[in-house]
Amino acid sequence: MTYMLKGTAACPGCPIPRELDMILEITGKNSIVVIPASCSTVIMGTDSTGQPAEVTVVHTPFAAAASVATGIEEALETQGKEATVIVWAGDGSTSDIGLATVSGAAERNENIMYVCYDNEAYMNTGVQRSGLTPRGAWSTTTPEGKTEFKKPLPFIMMEHKVPYVATLSIAYTFDYQSKVKKAASMKGFRYLHLLSPCPPGWRFDASKTIELAKLAVDTGIWPLMEYEKGVLKLTGPSAMLVNKARRKPLDEYLNLQGRFKNISQEKKEELEQDIDALWNEIALRAALSKQFGAQT
Amino acid sequence: MNMEKLTAMEGNYAVAFAVKQAKPSILSVYPITPQTTMLEKLAEYVEKGELKARLIKVESEHSVLATIYGASLAGARVFTATASQGLLYMGEMIYWAGGARVPLVAAIATRAIGAPWSIWDDHQDIMAMRDTAWIQMLAENVQEAYDLTLLAFRISEDKQVLMPAMLGFDGFILTHTMERLDPLEDADVDAFIPKRDFALIDPNKPMGLGAVAGPDTYITYKEKSKEILERAKQRAKSIMQEYGELTKRTYDLLECYKCDDADYIAVAMGAWTGDAKEAIDALRQKGIKAGLAKVTMFRPFPKEDILKCIAGRDVVVFDRAYSYGSSGMLALEVKNALFGTTSKVHSVIAGLGGRDVRPEEIAKCIEDLGNNRLEDERWLL
Amino acid sequence: MTNNTDAEIAEEMQIVGKAMPSTGSSGKTGSWRTEMPVIDYEKCTKCDTCVMLCVENVISKDTERKPVIDYEYCKGCGVCADVCPVKAISMVKNNPEGNKQ
Repeated sequence: MTYMLKGTAACPGCPIPRELDMILEITGKNSIVVIPASCSTVIMGTDSTGQPAEVTVVHTPFAAAASVATGIEEALETQGKEATVIVWAGDGSTSDIGLATVSGAAERNENIMYVCYDNEAYMNTGVQRSGLTPRGAWSTTTPEGKTEFKKPLPFIMMEHKVPYVATLSIAYTFDYQSKVKKAASMKGFRYLHLLSPCPPGWRFDASKTIELAKLAVDTGIWPLMEYEKGVLKLTGPSAMLVNKARRKPLDEYLNLQGRFKNISQEKKEELEQDIDALWNEIALRAALSKQFGAQT
Repeated sequence: MNMEKLTAMEGNYAVAFAVKQAKPSILSVYPITPQTTMLEKLAEYVEKGELKARLIKVESEHSVLATIYGASLAGARVFTATASQGLLYMGEMIYWAGGARVPLVAAIATRAIGAPWSIWDDHQDIMAMRDTAWIQMLAENVQEAYDLTLLAFRISEDKQVLMPAMLGFDGFILTHTMERLDPLEDADVDAFIPKRDFALIDPNKPMGLGAVAGPDTYITYKEKSKEILERAKQRAKSIMQEYGELTKRTYDLLECYKCDDADYIAVAMGAWTGDAKEAIDALRQKGIKAGLAKVTMFRPFPKEDILKCIAGRDVVVFDRAYSYGSSGMLALEVKNALFGTTSKVHSVIAGLGGRDVRPEEIAKCIEDLGNNRLEDERWLL
Repeated sequence: MTNNTDAEIAEEMQIVGKAMPSTGSSGKTGSWRTEMPVIDYEKCTKCDTCVMLCVENVISKDTERKPVIDYEYCKGCGVCADVCPVKAISMVKNNPEGNKQ
């Protein structure tokens, strides 16, 4: 049963309608999707054209989504009504302007499923950099390539000690949907972070969306992880990639994207070091969480 | 009046008490001077189970209004309170809720706005929100703060209104001052404010709420908001009438105090209207026939009531806020209402940042109006 | 006004920014494309990869479980051709009226 209708305003090759649908297939018709200002706001149509979704959608200002979702969920709970409240927010809303809101909802362990679809820039307003734009990437506000790092949102959410944090990629659909199923069966603040390749923003041929979502995982720049009750582990193909030799060369991922076309050798090396450091951190966190055991 | 019930309370506690009786199910409040003791009292009520509600302690005022907006969409009766910087911080959501037309009640412990920092009373914060399509009322004393809280819940949820409502009560002057309070019985409040049965979200009727509206439809929503607020005036009057039958305290959008035979009329709103009434009485002792048009509901503005009450007399409007580069906001509203009549409207700007304004100073302004010695705009520094 | 029922009042009050579910909310998006996907059913193994990964949700299965593309809405992005494990889908010059196989 799918809940997204065809003929959307999404760019050709944009994975957003499919990514959202793969979640709604599991959470069902009682889903209430809370959408802050983002590409999805536009994809959801207008009052005149109608919306391409057969579930309740609540639009909110940029920074407000996690709190509006909180209010909806708390109200429905006091009324004894069943519904899954989902936030479907971009990286701009999640990591920048709405970070305090997300952090507050996580700290209070609100019973919402927060999904950040990360296309790594403020795409809706024309590709300006966000806190989640990776080092070296072109954007209209970083034409020479971003010098700062990509905020480690999944780790930040793990530090809030919420029941569930996972990273996802649409190229690995079994991993994707099993994580959504698990999150949907739990209570409390569940955080899903999916890498969402963007053809016009990352500058690649629209047909390569899934290929890039796959290469991101296979080169190690986007590890598939799952953090559940204090225990961190790698999932799917990422489980084998602790061994650096098994990761595909980063160039395979970068060369397909126009936004990395002019990346300097220096920045590329920094980027590679970022990835090595990331995998060391994952190994450390996974070992620590095993040592200290699961939280109940 | 039940002498056994008659009590005395600080403004913050009186509003908290009214909220408890109104039985909202979701509260979200962020502490800010001078509202904090209200929040603490509400937290106490919730912890002790005297108020069966959830108090969601979010991390900022912006999230406060986002949270109660969401809860109201889902059908909950909601409440919050804030002031000054906090009200501005939730400003974006105040506009959103006003535009979306959901019933909400917010108590504003009015306070000056920085820069420079000030924790003391004036009306700049509540006036800053006058364009948001919210209903706005101001209280003269603690009893009114209590009564207007109950009225705000009832009016905002009226099926022909369904708009958010804020009530202002002066920071420190009312919030932290103990005055007599004659509260209603719980059962009477239950009857006056029936259980809320209006929600905008229904999982069985999937749709988008607050989606993009293009240039051809946006203005139609706004015109409808205007229409609804016009209608809210009549509904508010009718509801206030009902309240008066219940309590023997009848409110109106405008209270005309000794205006019938007055030669000069002062217009004001908020706590200092009590001082203004004292000034009127003192002037009358001296043989000067003065009156006070006390504005209880500032939005929607009671143009017709002002016109009827002032009826050609000269006026001095007291503003506890200012629109820099222009004039006092209440003065502008009154001038607009009296346009085309023979009334001359003078403006006094006073009390900003909590500067104390005594009845004698108010009386002097009215006296000067009578003696042609009042400027078009006078600032009491 | 005062005599209306609650439902009539809510209707009259007009929900702000109400967007009803609808197919083709952005029009007949098939008109966007410059290329179009064509399925070679000889090669097709009915693995459903294209059905699952079509980002616009325009590929459905017929009664024989063969994938069928809705050319009214297909934007011609080429993802289906890219992901097909047996390369049964090719992107060809656009025929606005769709594939007349």
